[in-house]
Amino acid sequence: MFEFIQRFFGKPSSSATAKERLRLVLLSDHLSLAPDVVEALKHDLLEVISRYVDVDEQNCDVTFEQREKEVAMLANIPILGMRSRPIPPSPPPPPAPPSREPEPAPAIELEPAAKPVAKNGAPRPARRKRRKAQLSASTASQAT
Amino acid sequence: MREMIEHEAPAASAVPRQRGRAIVVTSGKGGVGKTTTTANLGAALGVGGASVVLVDADVGLRNLDIVLGLEARVRHHVLDVLEGKTALDDALVSDKRVATMKLLAAAQTREKDEVDTAAFRDLIGSLRERFDYVLIDCPAGIEKGFANAIAGADEAIIVCTPEVSAVRDADRVVGLLGDERRVKLIINRLRPGLVRKGKMLSVDDVNGILRLPLLGVIADAPDVIVSTNRGEPVALDPASPVGESYRQIAQRIAGTLTTAPEIPRERTFFEKLFGSLK
Repeated sequence: MFEFIQRFFGKPSSSATAKERLRLVLLSDHLSLAPDVVEALKHDLLEVISRYVDVDEQNCDVTFEQREKEVAMLANIPILGMRSRPIPPSPPPPPAPPSREPEPAPAIELEPAAKPVAKNGAPRPARRKRRKAQLSASTASQAT
Repeated sequence: MREMIEHEAPAASAVPRQRGRAIVVTSGKGGVGKTTTTANLGAALGVGGASVVLVDADVGLRNLDIVLGLEARVRHHVLDVLEGKTALDDALVSDKRVATMKLLAAAQTREKDEVDTAAFRDLIGSLRERFDYVLIDCPAGIEKGFANAIAGADEAIIVCTPEVSAVRDADRVVGLLGDERRVKLIINRLRPGLVRKGKMLSVDDVNGILRLPLLGVIADAPDVIVSTNRGEPVALDPASPVGESYRQIAQRIAGTLTTAPEIPRERTFFEKLFGSLK
């Protein structure tokens, strides 16, 4: 009877809860067990982020963490300084700071406030296209 | 460390053509019924006419002899054999109830790290030349004892209970067993009544995740506890439904039974009444 009432009020059965917990924990296990996938992901992440900021590649850390209702990816990427201009292919730069910061900035947690990428990347797809050619012209000088 | 590296090498290459099959019974998690499963499958295969040797790889925590009811007859153990103190034949314990079944007990007062993985693999290899089946009872965990137990086996049976922790560990162990071993699944201690009420993971829930060929499902039944108390494998009890499940699994292993495993159902009111009178 109690069970019936529980069901009536929409509380999931304990086996459904077990199934969901199992799904999440295995997702997280498999991600941390697949080092090649995580390495590739880390590589691509760094590639994108490096277009905007100068990162400390040696001390980057990408991990997966089991949360209550999801698996979260935590990227801990120490920033050494800002790039004077982003390296394409990329969205347009924010007003570039004149010089690099003297000392490494504290590491940022990309996860909740995906700072540089979200700010610059998302909102301006149209401009990104127009600027592409122009930006790629400056690649050579940036790469030095 | 040397053994660990050797263990990485392909298993089959070292040993010549063998007669029997070496099957490791493993789970990752402890307490899911590996030893009971090993004992019962050994008994069921033996009753079916095959020659079987059960090897307890749980050095330091030996239990297979107890579950089989052979503890009083163990004189030598696997480390005696590996260290050349005893001839293999002297260490094999025979079972009056099943003439074709032998037990090679683990050492109780030694540690798993003392077992040389390559030597253990060779021992399994020589047992395969003499028996149709070598069933290896793997210790819990994924450390040295696990590495030893799986080294000589080219097949594995995963024992998993319908619990989140057991399924997670089973999933991990499947990954560690590698692609070169055939891996099959036994779901142990299923309680059909709880599954129906949504209080236990179902067979489909478990194997929807593990995705292994299913050898069988064992119900959580008092018979198993009673038989373990007595040291008489339930597979030798012709009247026990759980015993029948084990016998069917043995037939599936042998390839003489090809039907899909039955999922245990709830006992009816009359069966319960009848069962309680026994």
